[in-house]
Amino acid sequence: MSGSPLLALEDVHIGYGWDARSVTPVVRGVDLTVAAGEVVGVAGESGCGKTTLAMAAAGLLDPPGRVTAGRILFEGADLRAMSPEQLRRLRLAEISMVFQASMNVLNPVTRVRKQFLDAMAAHGVRNEDEAIARAREMFDRVRLPQRFLDAFPHQLSGGMRQRAVIALCLVLRPKLVLLDEPTTALDVVVQRSIMQMLSELRSELGFGVVFITHDLSLLVEVADRIAIMYAGQVVEEAPAKHLYGAAGHPYTRALMSAFPPLGVARVRMEGLPGQPPDLRRLPPGCAFAPRCLQAVEGTCDAVAPPASSSEGHRVVCHLYEPKEAPVG
Amino acid sequence: MRYIIRRVLLLLLTGWAALTINFALPRLMPGSPIQVMAAKYTGRLTPSALAAIAQALGLKNKQNVFVQYWTYLGHTLTGNFGYSLSEYPTKVSTLLAQNLPWTLGLVGFATVVAFVLGTFIGAVAAWRRGSLFDSIVVPTGMMLAAMPSFWISTMAIYFLSYKLGWFPLFGGSSSGSLTSVAGLGSILSHAALPAMVLAVISLGGFMLVMRNTTVSVMSDDYVKFARAKGLRNFTVASRYAARNATLPVVTNFALALGTVVAGTIFVEYVFSYPGIANLLYIAVTSEDYPLMQAIFLVIVLAVLLANFVADMLYVVLDPRIRVGGRA
Amino acid sequence: MKGFLHNKKALAGLSIIVFFGLVALLAPLLDPYNPNDFNFMPWLGPSSAHWLGTTGQGQDELSWLLYSARDSMLIALSTAGVISVVQLLFGIFSGYTGGLTDGVLSTVTNVFLVLPGLPLLIVIDAYLPNKGTVTTVFILTITGWAWGARVLRSQAISLRDRPFMEAARMSGERRWRIVLFNVVPNMFGVLAANFFGAAVYAVLTEAGLLFLGVINVNTISWGSMLYWAQAGSAMLENKWLPMLLPGVCILLLGTGFGLLNFAVDEVADPRLRRG
Repeated sequence: MSGSPLLALEDVHIGYGWDARSVTPVVRGVDLTVAAGEVVGVAGESGCGKTTLAMAAAGLLDPPGRVTAGRILFEGADLRAMSPEQLRRLRLAEISMVFQASMNVLNPVTRVRKQFLDAMAAHGVRNEDEAIARAREMFDRVRLPQRFLDAFPHQLSGGMRQRAVIALCLVLRPKLVLLDEPTTALDVVVQRSIMQMLSELRSELGFGVVFITHDLSLLVEVADRIAIMYAGQVVEEAPAKHLYGAAGHPYTRALMSAFPPLGVARVRMEGLPGQPPDLRRLPPGCAFAPRCLQAVEGTCDAVAPPASSSEGHRVVCHLYEPKEAPVG
Repeated sequence: MRYIIRRVLLLLLTGWAALTINFALPRLMPGSPIQVMAAKYTGRLTPSALAAIAQALGLKNKQNVFVQYWTYLGHTLTGNFGYSLSEYPTKVSTLLAQNLPWTLGLVGFATVVAFVLGTFIGAVAAWRRGSLFDSIVVPTGMMLAAMPSFWISTMAIYFLSYKLGWFPLFGGSSSGSLTSVAGLGSILSHAALPAMVLAVISLGGFMLVMRNTTVSVMSDDYVKFARAKGLRNFTVASRYAARNATLPVVTNFALALGTVVAGTIFVEYVFSYPGIANLLYIAVTSEDYPLMQAIFLVIVLAVLLANFVADMLYVVLDPRIRVGGRA
Repeated sequence: MKGFLHNKKALAGLSIIVFFGLVALLAPLLDPYNPNDFNFMPWLGPSSAHWLGTTGQGQDELSWLLYSARDSMLIALSTAGVISVVQLLFGIFSGYTGGLTDGVLSTVTNVFLVLPGLPLLIVIDAYLPNKGTVTTVFILTITGWAWGARVLRSQAISLRDRPFMEAARMSGERRWRIVLFNVVPNMFGVLAANFFGAAVYAVLTEAGLLFLGVINVNTISWGSMLYWAQAGSAMLENKWLPMLLPGVCILLLGTGFGLLNFAVDEVADPRLRRG
């Protein structure tokens, strides 16, 4: 891949707090890149900071959240340096975000069609016929009957609303799409069909994707690269296949074993002991150490772990030894 | 549809309740109502006049209570309110017709102004939550809502009418004619201060409700998504936030009516404005029961109508009611 | 509870109420003169003998002003108390019990909600033979209970369906115990807010009724001060102090309860907090 990446997060720190004195660090030094057309998955428990990170990447972070350090570069331009108007123009047209639980993101008192139209008008597509034609085309792609354009949101089922929102997020052909748990609130069957639809759309339209979820097994199938977040940091990042075969970080391994594959001999499941740390009172050393079964006393709980990477596989752990990457 | 039917039924039921309260109250008090009226007005009214009034109220002594009730309902629904005791032989309906237009003008104007202004200010305050504007609006709204309306009226009339002479002191108009230009001008100048005071009194409630509703709407998902779509701030504020926030405001409008009615009573009293609220006061102090009852009913009817309009408006505004469930 | 005490509105409201409460309690000690004495020259301006002057009937303004706090606090608190009990009963029986009881009770509530309060008050009062404090509390309650009852009802309904309630029912707890120990404590926030809201209503409405002269104006109260000032044409005598001060007191007391009302609301629903 040549040229500047689509999205580049450089040492991003994000905090929450209403006044400058008491800011809770939620994202602590994250580096992440997304190349054009690439699918990058971000996985972690609730509260690890992945949604906050995505909001910041989309330029949507509002007080009490604040980016306290680092750069967020979209096609080389720093979002933090942009004016509100510049950010507004990027939204939906260049970067769009599908929120978690999109059941309620549509305005209940306006018809779906109108919500497409005003989004497009805000970005220069003022000709109503053209706008409706594009909306219709998008509805076809997400396999929604066109007549639902004239309906009110409450007349659509949850799955339909999700698809309508995805259609809306793609109608202006953005270059980057952030998906925050797009299928978690839906049942498995609907989940599958939406995932399939997203894959097809991506191959047709070629946008880059940041896919956020806690379901690692899903990512392994659809992502090119995966980043694992814990307590506001990326603790492991690797091409999807590497992660599946050779996860380097104890936390990743724990996440992987939470989703046993079908058709394999039954194995005793072990939950991960403990709770994610209180971000206001982080322990010294590795943030995962209190819950890590392999933690080394004296090292893991005292010194911040180093990052080591080889062949695009980066792990932040004291115990990691970069191995030869498996073939494939 | 079911919503509409339910609301209409409720309003009809309330109307019936008001009628029955009117009927029942005088009979619940010790002593017969006729005796009370007789005691107060003997010497001022002939016995036959008293009898005629009693008749209109369905109070004929010897009749069974249900028959009285029936007569009463019949008379009321045909507008036969009988004669006013204090203004005998003027009919109650005449007095009502005389005073009602003044009140309608006053209240109509003041409520519209208060609603429009209050909702707008409330929305702006919510949109700029935490700003200087907001921190002024919230306590002001609370104070206005806590302010006794009669007190504002008296202060206003004292300072602005009496001391500064900017507005006339009392009454509805100083000119004999109501339709000439001078007459209209006089009407307006007499109405100006009461209308403004009434508007100010009602303003606080609308402002606060709109602000709080908008604040809670703004944290709703669809507002966040509207911003995520890159819509301009104004579009988000108006078409997404405010539009949804007006829904609870309209439902609260019905409750706000209570404040408006109370405010009107005080304002008309202080300004000696010739409306029906003032008439009610006169009726109560002179124990003119027929007049009192009729005015009460008229006020209730007006409130019911306003409620009905607000309910219909709600149906228009909220497609979830209008256009039912799943397609 | 701690959050409540840190809330600015709560502190402001609390200080106002405590202030008036103290004044009310200590009035007989604080009053320079017996408020009922009307031996003084009427319409005197402020002087060292009478800090706030005298009323149209020749009574000492300041004494009346201070003593009136009693009446207002008494009416406010007792009315708020009675209304709260009525609302609670309605809310619980309606919301928690459901079914036909709910249908009937909530219809009654809705009817009272729509009926305009002040006209109803005035009319009922006109028929009542004797007009004392009890009657005042009574009529205020009749017109003031409906709104809070509706709020409590929806609160009770939402509580009824929560899992912990299911658990209580399934464990065979007797219904009244469930209500008393599970439902009521959870409604406390709303109850408190409603209590203060009712207090505001009581203060303002009682003052209004006194001002109109509809209820007994011989009580020593701010509202009756305004009535007498109005009746004695204070305006024409250029004496605006008797009109201003009682009004300010009513306003302050009302605002105090109002602040507490909002504060309880804010502590319960963080979205309403500023910033």
